[in-house]
Amino acid sequence: MKLLDSLRFRIATLFHRSKMNAEMEEELRSHIQHRADDLERSGLGRAEAERRASIEFGGVARYKEESREAAGGTFVESFLLDLRFAFRMLRKSPGFTIVAVATLAMAIGANAVVFGVLNALILRPLNVPQADSLYGTEYGVDTGFQSYPNYVDLRDRNRSFDGLAAFTFAFVGLDTGENPSSATGYATSGNYFDVLRIQPYLGRFFHNSDEHGPNSAPYLVLSYAYWHSHFQDDAGILGRVVRLDKHPFTIIGVAPPEFRGTVLFVSPDFFMPIVNQEQVNGENLLDMRGTTHGIFETFGHLKPGVTPAQAIADLEAVGAYLEKTYPKEFAQKRFSLPRAGLSSFGRAMRAFIAGLMLLAGLILLAACANLGSLFAARAADRSREVALRLALGASRIRILRQLLTEAILISLVGGTVGLVGSIVLLQRMSMWQPFPGAPIHVPVSPDARIYAVAFALALASGFLFGIVPVRQVLHTDPYQIVKSGSSGRVGRRITVRDGLLAVQITICAVLVTSSMVALRGLARSLNGSYGFQTRNTMLINTNLAMAGYTGDEVPSMQKRMIDAMETIPGVERVGLVNEYPPLVYAAGSRVNAFKDETTDLRPSNVAAMPYRYDVSPEYFQAAGTAQLAGRDFTWHDDKNAPVISVVNRAFASNLFGSVTNAIGRYFTLQDGTRVQIVGVVEDGKYLSITEDQQPAIFLPSVQSPLSQSCIVVRSNRDPQQLAAAIRGKLRELDSGLPFDVRTWNNLLVVALFPSRVATVSLGVLGAMGAMLSVTGIFGMAAYSVSKRLKELGIRMALGAQRKEVLKAALGRPFKLLAFGSAAGLLLGILATRVLAFIVYQATPRDPLVLAGVVLAMSLLGLLATWIPAQRALSIDPLILLREE
Amino acid sequence: MTDQAQLLPGTLDLLILRAVSLGPLHGYGILLRIGQISGNALLIEQGALYPGLFRLVRQGLLKASWGTSENNRRAKFYELTAAGRKRLREETASWNRLATAIGSALAAQPEEI
Repeated sequence: MKLLDSLRFRIATLFHRSKMNAEMEEELRSHIQHRADDLERSGLGRAEAERRASIEFGGVARYKEESREAAGGTFVESFLLDLRFAFRMLRKSPGFTIVAVATLAMAIGANAVVFGVLNALILRPLNVPQADSLYGTEYGVDTGFQSYPNYVDLRDRNRSFDGLAAFTFAFVGLDTGENPSSATGYATSGNYFDVLRIQPYLGRFFHNSDEHGPNSAPYLVLSYAYWHSHFQDDAGILGRVVRLDKHPFTIIGVAPPEFRGTVLFVSPDFFMPIVNQEQVNGENLLDMRGTTHGIFETFGHLKPGVTPAQAIADLEAVGAYLEKTYPKEFAQKRFSLPRAGLSSFGRAMRAFIAGLMLLAGLILLAACANLGSLFAARAADRSREVALRLALGASRIRILRQLLTEAILISLVGGTVGLVGSIVLLQRMSMWQPFPGAPIHVPVSPDARIYAVAFALALASGFLFGIVPVRQVLHTDPYQIVKSGSSGRVGRRITVRDGLLAVQITICAVLVTSSMVALRGLARSLNGSYGFQTRNTMLINTNLAMAGYTGDEVPSMQKRMIDAMETIPGVERVGLVNEYPPLVYAAGSRVNAFKDETTDLRPSNVAAMPYRYDVSPEYFQAAGTAQLAGRDFTWHDDKNAPVISVVNRAFASNLFGSVTNAIGRYFTLQDGTRVQIVGVVEDGKYLSITEDQQPAIFLPSVQSPLSQSCIVVRSNRDPQQLAAAIRGKLRELDSGLPFDVRTWNNLLVVALFPSRVATVSLGVLGAMGAMLSVTGIFGMAAYSVSKRLKELGIRMALGAQRKEVLKAALGRPFKLLAFGSAAGLLLGILATRVLAFIVYQATPRDPLVLAGVVLAMSLLGLLATWIPAQRALSIDPLILLREE
Repeated sequence: MTDQAQLLPGTLDLLILRAVSLGPLHGYGILLRIGQISGNALLIEQGALYPGLFRLVRQGLLKASWGTSENNRRAKFYELTAAGRKRLREETASWNRLATAIGSALAAQPEEI
């Protein structure tokens, strides 16, 4: 109440300001007149009496100010005065203002962007109610993969979850009766939406009660975005039947707009019951316990009062039961509970974004240090003005408040500019589809949290750099300064400004080091060997199931497509790989391989877990994979021929010691098939370019055909023309076949994406750091030269050489630079450990990186001190000394 | 002039309240009244009076109204409010206690300890 009253009073006084001012002035005048009357009565002339009365009264301006303050109206009022004055001061030095605002805008913008990403991807990855208690179950390391039967057991036997849901991906051809197009959705357990506790935007969701065994629930729920873009928000679509891979499904509902699925980055177009997955996969995974294909992730809300540790123990108890019951198909692995929606890449991404946030914070700190020293220099330049105001009776608090107002003004303007920039960037990012054709989004829409953080950061940094000159002002002795002039001495001892500059350079060197490490890592990963040559190679991705091919029609159609491709002029080799080739869409699958002599095929006896690819003859030539020993497949290695395999070098040496030893030897797959090795190819990358060397096996695709495949076409022609020719040929074969023609390089973008993002973001931060260090050193050097012009002039007049002058003028900035760079390099090397998570071969112990950082910092130093050095050297002592 | 005492901090408000308690006064009048009742023993810079006056008005201890002075000039007259009267009583009592205590402390002779 009291506060409210005082506020009302203050606002009221603000409005009555002019009236109050007039009254106050009149009152003080009246006082002086009364005194003058008295003095006149004692015999003075009127004029002399008034003069004497004025003197006796003291500083009218000061008492007016104090009275105003005592009357309570001045806080807002003097703030407005400060603000006006600050505006005037800043307008008077536009260069300073622009540099300061730009620096802050950059720093706060960078923080807002990184925080926006952090907020969207880590703080609240899923837009669902009570996301805090929602956990995914991770089985093994960093993956939620499960088989469907295992999921059912986990769901029914656990006592920790309030319902356990599961989903996997479904890539289908979706036919609404017009143009069939491919779509990506989730095949989910019936309880999916109920576990997530979300309500439909339109119609209804499917539930557990809709599941009655395989292919019993042909229902489809559309995502809001898909409904919006493909059905133009038509509410009449409920009940309409569409075809997924030729099978009829009834649209029963639309999910709410804010729900974008339960895997980050992959926003589904639709949701379908997992019990119907056979219709879109062509393969019934519901009964296969030994596979890890069935389920991408399971998740659920923990029951109230259950801790994650208890839940893990509970899951492991279920795991122990499963291992006992199905020793052949289930090996106990460690369970863990990540936040739902983040499993598989959660850890690396979290580490990386946390690292980015740290670096962005450092940028802001460096910017504050930069502005702090600018402000200190400015306050020193204004010491005469400050001294004058002190002498005229201004209180020190008042002057500090004035300086702080200026700082806050700059920080708010800078913060606003930075925020606007970051919002534009974030909105772009959330619209962005990094990989054309793939349903991958970065869901980072700016929200109120970002505004709040940016505002808080702006205020905090304003205070931070605003208080730097405080000590300076508090110790101002007006008498000394007014007497001796402002050009005073330049201190020899280490000042706050020196410290700030050193800190700033250190931070910038950390940033430069990090970005160098990242750049180098990317360069290496681009030049590294993948085990195949992507140049001049096109990939044709088809799913024959979408066009209605089944059974033996699939391999024969695939053979016809390969033959058709070979007739295109300029095409050198054509091969086929089931699903996707290595490094495309991170789509490798592992199998269990046992030694030939192993008879008990339980998971604990597995000899290796190679990636498995099913390829056609000539695939290796088409992909540019070098054959090291043995032979390639032929078209005679079909279903009637013995099962054979080509393996990579890692697999050969793991199991048999060497490449030559492996030829002709056997290994066993999980289902008991004995496989003879007929060839060995070079090692490569399979799932990600940052992986350690992994074993891989290749089997003939004709022995296990799959409707989803990629045809690899190597040619000596321009990809555009070739793509047109390929399209023409495929239309000739089957005009109703959906396909997708892309260069392999183009598809590698996905595999390179994390490194690219890391490199770009670190590069940007590094560039910012470099810019900040340039402006910081420049500011300091220019200031120190300008302050010491006179001294330098005298030195020159006394015969100092250029070298000595430069040393005197720029010795200190250079020393600080060297010190800061060394410290920063050291810290940077420590910090880059974090980068190793994402950036391929990120090692700071790389002479090139070290040399690069040293070179970069010295160049920056040279750049920043060039102009001040020129200025110092061009001093004409005669002119200078005459002027003073 | 030289034998005038500097004002102790915080005592100006008390003096103003006391001066005004004897009847409504304008600013200059208050200064004269303080001089008169203190035997001109206190040094007060004239302008320094006004921040005090405004503070007391804000605290609701004084109220002010414009009028005409004995010199036939417009002036702002101050008088005590009820709260001001109460505050003056309290402050006077506490000042007296303090003065007595300090006085007796300073007057204490060695043999009395």
